[in-house]
Amino acid sequence: MSRLERRPEPSRRMMLASPLIAAVAMLFTGSLLFFFIGQEPLHAFYVYFVKPWTTLYSVGELLLKATPLILCGVGLAIGFRANVNNIGADGQLTIGAICAGAVALYFDEVQAWWVLPLMLLAGAVGGMLWAAIPALLRTRFNTSEILVSLMLVYVAYHLLSYLVHGPMRDPAGFNFPQSKMFSESATLPLLVEGLRVNAAFILSLLAAGAAWFFCKHTFAGYRMQVSGMAPAAALYAGFSEPRNVWLAFMVSGALAGIAGVGEVAGPLGQLQPSVSPGYGFAAIIVAYVGRLHPLGVVLSAVLMSLLYIGGETAQIELQTPSAITGIFQGLLLFYLLAADLFIHYRIKPHKRVAGVPA
Amino acid sequence: MMTTELLIAFLASTAGAATPLVVASMGELVTERSGVLNLGMEGMMLIGAVVGFGVTLGTGSMIVGLLAAAAAGMLMSLIFGFLVLTLQTNQVATGLALTLFGIGASAFIGQGFVGQTVAPMPHLHFPLLSEIPFIGPLLFRFDAMVYASVALVVAIGWMLARTRLGLIIRAVGESPHSAHAIGFPVIGLRYGTVLFGGALAGLGGAYLSLALTPMWVEGMTAGRGWIALAQVVFATWKPRGVLVGAYLFGGVTMLQFHGQGMGLAIPSEFLSMLPYLATIVVLVIICRNPQTILLNKPMSLGQNFKPD
Repeated sequence: MSRLERRPEPSRRMMLASPLIAAVAMLFTGSLLFFFIGQEPLHAFYVYFVKPWTTLYSVGELLLKATPLILCGVGLAIGFRANVNNIGADGQLTIGAICAGAVALYFDEVQAWWVLPLMLLAGAVGGMLWAAIPALLRTRFNTSEILVSLMLVYVAYHLLSYLVHGPMRDPAGFNFPQSKMFSESATLPLLVEGLRVNAAFILSLLAAGAAWFFCKHTFAGYRMQVSGMAPAAALYAGFSEPRNVWLAFMVSGALAGIAGVGEVAGPLGQLQPSVSPGYGFAAIIVAYVGRLHPLGVVLSAVLMSLLYIGGETAQIELQTPSAITGIFQGLLLFYLLAADLFIHYRIKPHKRVAGVPA
Repeated sequence: MMTTELLIAFLASTAGAATPLVVASMGELVTERSGVLNLGMEGMMLIGAVVGFGVTLGTGSMIVGLLAAAAAGMLMSLIFGFLVLTLQTNQVATGLALTLFGIGASAFIGQGFVGQTVAPMPHLHFPLLSEIPFIGPLLFRFDAMVYASVALVVAIGWMLARTRLGLIIRAVGESPHSAHAIGFPVIGLRYGTVLFGGALAGLGGAYLSLALTPMWVEGMTAGRGWIALAQVVFATWKPRGVLVGAYLFGGVTMLQFHGQGMGLAIPSEFLSMLPYLATIVVLVIICRNPQTILLNKPMSLGQNFKPD
């Protein structure tokens, strides 16, 4: 038996290496899984993980899918750093989409440049308001933000479902539960003609950059970091916990709301019964795999996006079930958490002293 | 106006909606009493639901299906236990990972079962008792799990309060360091409570796919795993509180099915929101007094312990 020995200092090398170890372990397990469901592992591996990189169109799709993951992931990471666990980004995203949709439908006849900015604003404010509920209940009543933000996800889903079945349904839509298609001026401009990736991707990179600046160069960012790593020291220094909670929820709520706008004003082009296949939850993994660092989040969002796109490609070409994507997501986080062990510990082989039977 | 028949139907269906919450929450309650917070309930319940359904479909035996669901829940919680107890990972993050994994894995396992049905768990019929007007249909016509879940609450309540094992579990939850110093196997005991919690979460999930709606639908727990977690807080970590809470929530859940009959002119989506909103409201009421939580919450909840 070998045993774990605590390192005197956390290993920086392991901190950077553990996401890579986790990704490799996930790929390896993925190949095994392909083998067990009767796929030729190498070919399946190629289709799933390599093929999405081989055409310009699919690279565009990768960036399109990465956009909401970056936006949500960056916001969540800021909170996780300060031990503020916002698990409800999917709800905040949904409300953002609803608010943006309301603006788009209200100004349907108007062809003006300001419709889109107004939608982004409405989405951000909607996400913030939805995020304000868990923040308020945590700071005022000490209620677990994990459970409250999560419950609100289901409330948001039902609200969207009500709206697309009722008040916001397209009157000329043959009773399908969806809104009218948004007008030209309520649709995000494409980055490259022929690809579906749109201006929201630029917004997500700006958000990551701003978050990096916030964490690295502002006092508020420093305060949050200290609160997360050493709550006692933060208390001693007089850093206010409610302020951190509010800041974390407002930032992540706004970004998740904008992610919702990006979906309805982007690839969807309308409100539908569901605007997100769980981006808000996948973003939790994105945040952790990205080491809670804004730039890491961008990289891990692309990796997570690859899981989605690869899953779709494999579904079409190999008839593999789309649920594999969810398994890969979960595995990735398991492996990352397990690999994180080596940041603080190293394995020490059990020494056998001569003459003493082990 | 509400007729007696409607009232009976409403109250009786409440027990059905409450039972999976009772079973799953009792598992989590024992786990949390030993100081471990497993946020993977939703994932474990989903795996229990799909495995219980699939095995019952394959073997034709509901007993085997239930056992398999419990085993599957335990296997899931073993992953959690290994990461948290042996590898010392963060409990919150690991629990979330377990839920996300469970959502994906249950959808993967369950693709072949979509659209199939099994015969629902049979309702018991007691001679004479079930025939009593009003009382009979209200108390003596449920399936076995409803009665078993109430017995479970009594048994676990007794175990925690009156037995040596219960004392050790509580001691480990309050202060793993003291418990370790006295010589109790903290990690081993926590493995036990985590596995027990997983087994009950699996059973609670299987009740959904075998009794409540006898079929498999992707994501069919619809947040019940999270509500089960909230139930433990609501109950302030006391078994009888779980029973009260679960029946309260069962009633709220059933409003959406009986709402129209009761003359509630509210769109069904708003009635569907009620259980989640009720969870939030109840959490606020319980948590607003920090003393209540502080006095009852296991002191080491969520904190890892590593014997050195």
